Amino acid sequence: MDRVFITIAQRLGLGVVTLFVVSLIIAGMLETLPGDFCQAFYGQQATEKTVAECRQRNHLDESFIVRYGIWVKDAVQFDFGESLSNKRDVAQVIGVRLENTLFLAGFAAAISVPLSLFLGILAALYRYSWYDRLVNVFTLTSISFPEFFVAYILILWLSISTIGADGTPLFPNMAMVNVDTPFWTRAHMMFLPALTLTLVVVAHMMRMTRAAIINLLASPYIEMARLKGISNSRIIVKHALPNALAPIVNVIALNLAYLIVGVVIVEVVLSYPGLGKILVDAVKFRDFPLVQASVMIFAATYVLLNLTADIVTIVSNPRLLHPR
Amino acid sequence: MSATDIIPPPELAKPASMACRLGSALTVLIPLAVFAISFSADSASAIAGMVASVVFGGLLYRFWGRLSLPPIREQAIVFCILVYGAFVAVYLEGFSLYPWSTFSGLVSVVVLSMMVAVTWKETRKAPITAKFGLIIIALNILMVCIAPILAPHEQSQVLGGAYMVWGTPFADGGTAWFGTDELGRDYLSRMIYAIRNTVGIAIVTTALTFIVGAFVGLLAASLRGWVDQSLSRMVDVLMAIPPLIFALLILTVVGTGVIKLILVIALLDSTRVFRLSRSVAMNIVVMDYVEAAKLRGEKLMYVIWREVLPNAAAPLIAEFGLRFCFVFLFISSLSFLGLGLQPPTADLGSMVRDSANLINFYQYNKLMAITPLLPAFAIALLTIAVNFVVDWFLHKTSGLKE
Amino acid sequence: MSNQANRGAKGDILLEIKGLKIEGRADEDWIEIVHGVDVTLKRGEVLGLIGESGAGKSTIGLAAMGYARDGCRLSGGEIWFDGLELRGASDEQRRKLRGHRIAYVAQSAAASFNPAHKLIDQYCEGPVQHGVMSRDKAEKDAKDLFRRLRLPNPDTIGYRYPHQVSGGQLQRAMTAMAMACRPDLIVFDEPTTALDVTTQIEVLAAIRDIVEQFNTAAIYITHDLAVVAQMADTIKVLRHGHTVEERDTRTLLSKPQEQYTTDLLAVRSYAREERQRPENEGPVLQVRGVDASYGTVPVLFNVSFDVYKKRTVAVVGESGSGKSTTARVITGLLPPRKGEVLYKGQALPVDYRARSKDQLRKMQMIYQMPDTALNPKSRIRDVIGRPASFYLGLSGKALEARVKDLLRLVELEPDQYYNRLTTELSGGQKQRICIARALAAEPEVIICDEVTSALDQLVAEEILKLLQRMQDEFDLSYMFITHDLATVRAISDEVVVMQNGKVVESGPKGEMFTPPHHDYTDLLLSSVPEMDPDWLDHLLAEREEMARQGRVLKAADN
Repeated sequence: MDRVFITIAQRLGLGVVTLFVVSLIIAGMLETLPGDFCQAFYGQQATEKTVAECRQRNHLDESFIVRYGIWVKDAVQFDFGESLSNKRDVAQVIGVRLENTLFLAGFAAAISVPLSLFLGILAALYRYSWYDRLVNVFTLTSISFPEFFVAYILILWLSISTIGADGTPLFPNMAMVNVDTPFWTRAHMMFLPALTLTLVVVAHMMRMTRAAIINLLASPYIEMARLKGISNSRIIVKHALPNALAPIVNVIALNLAYLIVGVVIVEVVLSYPGLGKILVDAVKFRDFPLVQASVMIFAATYVLLNLTADIVTIVSNPRLLHPR
Repeated sequence: MSATDIIPPPELAKPASMACRLGSALTVLIPLAVFAISFSADSASAIAGMVASVVFGGLLYRFWGRLSLPPIREQAIVFCILVYGAFVAVYLEGFSLYPWSTFSGLVSVVVLSMMVAVTWKETRKAPITAKFGLIIIALNILMVCIAPILAPHEQSQVLGGAYMVWGTPFADGGTAWFGTDELGRDYLSRMIYAIRNTVGIAIVTTALTFIVGAFVGLLAASLRGWVDQSLSRMVDVLMAIPPLIFALLILTVVGTGVIKLILVIALLDSTRVFRLSRSVAMNIVVMDYVEAAKLRGEKLMYVIWREVLPNAAAPLIAEFGLRFCFVFLFISSLSFLGLGLQPPTADLGSMVRDSANLINFYQYNKLMAITPLLPAFAIALLTIAVNFVVDWFLHKTSGLKE
Repeated sequence: MSNQANRGAKGDILLEIKGLKIEGRADEDWIEIVHGVDVTLKRGEVLGLIGESGAGKSTIGLAAMGYARDGCRLSGGEIWFDGLELRGASDEQRRKLRGHRIAYVAQSAAASFNPAHKLIDQYCEGPVQHGVMSRDKAEKDAKDLFRRLRLPNPDTIGYRYPHQVSGGQLQRAMTAMAMACRPDLIVFDEPTTALDVTTQIEVLAAIRDIVEQFNTAAIYITHDLAVVAQMADTIKVLRHGHTVEERDTRTLLSKPQEQYTTDLLAVRSYAREERQRPENEGPVLQVRGVDASYGTVPVLFNVSFDVYKKRTVAVVGESGSGKSTTARVITGLLPPRKGEVLYKGQALPVDYRARSKDQLRKMQMIYQMPDTALNPKSRIRDVIGRPASFYLGLSGKALEARVKDLLRLVELEPDQYYNRLTTELSGGQKQRICIARALAAEPEVIICDEVTSALDQLVAEEILKLLQRMQDEFDLSYMFITHDLATVRAISDEVVVMQNGKVVESGPKGEMFTPPHHDYTDLLLSSVPEMDPDWLDHLLAEREEMARQGRVLKAADN
């Protein structure tokens, strides 16, 4: 077990280092921006005094390294500074949005993960059958659709074309959720964005699951199990699944990471008040503190997901778990 | 398995057939003709493009003569891509959107027709999806080449009122088949130009991605040691940031612009090509034949070029297709978010965004409402096509094992 | 045990295969690879299936279970097993037979055990699933079988995971697993091919005993006639999916009817006289006190030997003995920690990148696997032509003539092979191209790393003879790495025996093949199977006798 712990500790350490370097890259890039933050912050109302104060407050007169250090120190305490565009505390702005995004991604994941694992395994078991061929064409098509295409088709089909006499569609095409929205209303409003994300992710996930399982079924120990006269269902459950854990977790982690990115477009299309939408807006208005904070959050999630996959791979490897 | 022990009959070298020669002559002549036609649009770049395509065609012709020899195939294609990338680099000098996207389209025509010609036997037996894919790709490339000829109007020409209904005639002749956009420009013409622009940029970006990613990847695998270690760590960090997010960040900093867009996406995406080519090459450099070449005292470049690259070609070509899809979707997404090509240049992603409001008019005019879906569909169609072809190619090259 | 009760008497026909045809898929088409083979097997009898690669022996072995691998199909004939026709039987009927009444032992036990489960769990799965016995009983039975198969720590070894157990032991555990339901028939598919020669003995003895004890019928598949001679009552010789001949073991070995069988029998008899060291000439290549390690793991300890002009030094040892590592040190791929490599008295730079073109040219290498030693995307003219143009500056017509000369030298028709892709050759032809490539550099020393072990025996012998002729013609010196003592006998002048990274014994061939020996040399020499069907019995009796006198010869993993 010691070796497992050491390996996991190494991975965790590597993850922390990666996050650190990523934050450094982000800060370094924003550093190269032309223009003065405080000038921009006060815009027309900038006076020498307010700008000087602002520079003081934001440590702009310090060197890059000192400021980076301060940013890291504050960021650890969830203090990301002030937003440029609406002059509010970034952490506050992001907090609610992050919650919304996580809810949306979680909603999509809850549907897509079990669905695509099931369908993917099925395709692997009945490979080369008509079902498999159909799945192949369907998934290839689906992964070729840009997210906004899927979103607009769904809007047209499930929302706008269903507007009845009373003027309300089946599902709203704008997800105007806020903190007080009750769960089921929220779920109803989020149906379209969640469905879009699901459709985009399911195809990827199915293909990867199928490939992983087929790869596994080709191993000699599966043939051996067949030649031992073990029933098909037992071969899957007892012989394939324990070894499939690592590849499947990898598939899930990769696709959840993909969800994180997909969320940006979907949020924009469906005007969903999440982190992705706020990031895109911040980029347009060059609202650097907001960009820095939200990019960091996205990157951290990404790194964490990959880390989880790594650790599961390590933990499920019998060679590491039971050393000679 | 015993079936594979049967040794295929030897394929003896023979001079290129008449069809091969004719085909190669055509691939040189067609670009020439097209350039002659587009000469009036931008004479300086048309001349430059023509010279380039003649040189390119000549080189290709030389290789085509040896194409009846199977192993040259992949090398020739990789070679084409590399030469093509070099030309793109030259073109970036006197940069203007029109000529190089035309040129990149032309080179794609050459490469694609060559691939189809070389693999004609297999292509004929290809599944229906792959054939469909090839046709769609060919059509798209055609649009890249001769968009100015195909499109009834200029991309930035204002012809009538905003949001005209499908099929309305313009005041000064012609018909707005797909209506007009928010500024009164012909939607159909803009779509044709948009395909040219977006596909053109995607091709250039993918090529750049590949030249950087594949070369560095092969180099890392061949050199091993600290070079490999440090490159891999760097790539790991770059890949720890989701690409779309990273692109948003970089474009915030550097601002928008075609060249910036291309460079940023190429840099981000080359990390993935690096990963793949490195891992493919890793499996090759441990082979005894590579060791034999090293022990012979061969230089590094010889080992990479002659021993590693030919054996890495198949997965790399497939990856080229997949990368193209990714880049294409990526550019469209960025444009959709307003960070891609800047107006008045048409591109697919921003067309979707700009006309998205029409979707709300479904109750009044169904055709108008699906207008924003057209460019989105164009994106989807090309991506599907490439995916189908790559899928078939992978199935072919991996044999039965899948 | 229920199925032992209704087991028929010895001598009843258990398995009868009539006109079996099997097809394999090649691209879109099906090609017949087994062309109507008949097999008859009586209860308690052992049938040996022997043939070279592509003979279809494994495919036939699996067909006896009514099983065809992916990409193969049983296309004709009948397979009768104890009154049931397997080709026409339902999947469920076949599944019930497999593991229960017909069991299978695969070539690579390491890959065929599921890495996620303990050995005992995998053992018990069969009997419990087939309803033969309860889990507790199966566990007890497993320990008993492990003991009978002479596995160390039979009571605890089952609770280990496959990767925690060595190859020879895993192979015996797999035999035990096959025995679990006391099947009527076991198919052994090259069970000892992946093992070292000293380990092989133990596994062979264990398999033979257990099959005899339970009166089980067996099909024993191998490419090694000497091995099958120890195991089988009847031997069936196969070639290209046809039966060559089938006879009882002793008759086949003493009076083979077919030329092909005679050739197979003669395969280990090729040997040439040892030549003396030249007296007033120094060695061409000297390895002096070499220590080497991979990372921090030391693998070579004080290795020294000399190679003289026109002489062959055979470096013998089992896997992990450090013989290939020695070659890597000599070629400069692995710089040693200590010691040096001298070429005609001059120390060679330790790293091949620091060596001059001429130093590289004079020492060439031929690899074990001709498949991976040749670039699959290259043409033969380039493979052979490159060293000639690279070292000797040949080009144009001169280069072409040289390449064709070399092809002729290795007995390949130049016009037919000059332009071929390396993938369009058989294994033996590929190895000839590798030899031609080495010769193209006009070397003085050639390092041959297990050059025949990936080849069929008849082909291997041709290659050995070819190498011998080249040595005579070009005054070459060979360093010949091998694990096969028949090869040593055939080609060497001097022998270096290695074990665990050390040179155990070395000297001229004549001395090495006459006792007394170092224990390990003795173990190695005595473990090489001979065509005599009584050889295993004699050997085991001999070893027992020696053990009684206090001298134990045993492979490392027992």
